[in-house]
Amino acid sequence: MVKNWWKIVSILLLVYTLIAGFLMSVPRLNIINESIRALYFHVPMWFGMIVMFSVSTIYAIKYLRNPTTKNDVLSVEFANTGLFFGLLGITTGMIWANYTWGSPWHGDPKQNGAAIALLVYLAYFVLRGSVENQEQRSRLSAVYNIFAFAAMIPLIFIIPRMTSSMHPGSGGNPGFNMYDLDSRMRMVFYPAVIGWILLGVWIATLRIRIRKAEEQILELEDYA
Amino acid sequence: MRKYLILIFLILSSLATYAQEKVEMADTMRSEGKIYVVVAILGLILFGLIGYLVVLDKKVSKLEKKLSEKK
Repeated sequence: MVKNWWKIVSILLLVYTLIAGFLMSVPRLNIINESIRALYFHVPMWFGMIVMFSVSTIYAIKYLRNPTTKNDVLSVEFANTGLFFGLLGITTGMIWANYTWGSPWHGDPKQNGAAIALLVYLAYFVLRGSVENQEQRSRLSAVYNIFAFAAMIPLIFIIPRMTSSMHPGSGGNPGFNMYDLDSRMRMVFYPAVIGWILLGVWIATLRIRIRKAEEQILELEDYA
Repeated sequence: MRKYLILIFLILSSLATYAQEKVEMADTMRSEGKIYVVVAILGLILFGLIGYLVVLDKKVSKLEKKLSEKK
C-alpha cells in the first residue's frame, strides 16, 4: 500500500476534478458558455498522451543502448496508453468543436496535426505487428518510435502556433484566450492534468506487469 | 435639440444591447440543483472505472505472487 500512494493521489485528484470542475464557477464567455468545463477533461488527455509518448521514447532510446526485453515492453506499453489518451483527446475535441466551432472536423491546424501524429503512432503498431523476428521488431520499432516522437512535437506544438489555429494560445478566437489567465480554472486544471497522467501511468504499469507475467509463464512452460 | 435627443436615444439603445450581451450559462440548472445529478452520475462512472482498475491491479498482484512462488 505504501508504494501505491500515487494511485491514491490519482484517484483523489480525479474525484476533485469532477466535483470542482462542475461546481466551481468559470468565466462567462460567449459561444463556449458552460462548455468551457470540457477543458478540464479534454486538455488533460493531450497532456497525458504527451507524457506517455515521452516515456515511451525514453525507453526506446534506452532499448537501443541496452537491448533488454524490459526496455522494449515499457516502450510499447507506454506508447499504447499514450495512443489511448490521444484517441480520447481527439474524439472529445470533436464533440466540443461540433458545438463551439460548428462542425466536428474544422481543419484546424492543431486538430489536423494531432490526427497526423496519432496516425504516425498507429503506424508504429502496424510496424510492430508486421515483423516476425522479435529482436528485429524491437530494434526497428525503437528507432521508429524516436522518429514518431520527433514528428509529433512540430505537428502539435510548432505548426499550429505558426498559422492561425482556433485553439487557444495560437491566436484566433479571442473568447478562448481569456481563460489562459483565469486563476480559478487553473485550480482545477493542473490537478486534473496530474490526476490523469498518474492514471495513465497506472494503466501502463498494469499492462507492463501483465506482459511480464505472460513472459514468465512462457519461460515456465519451456522448462516443463 | 433633436440632435441631442437622437444622441441620447442611441446611447440608451447601445446600453440596452450591452445588457443583452450577458452570457447565457446554465444558471437555472444550477439553481434547481440538477447539476448534482450530473456530478453524481459521472462520479459513479469514475468510481466504477477506478474500482475496476483496483480489482485488475489486485488480480495482477496475485498472479505475480503465484509466479514468484513457482520459480
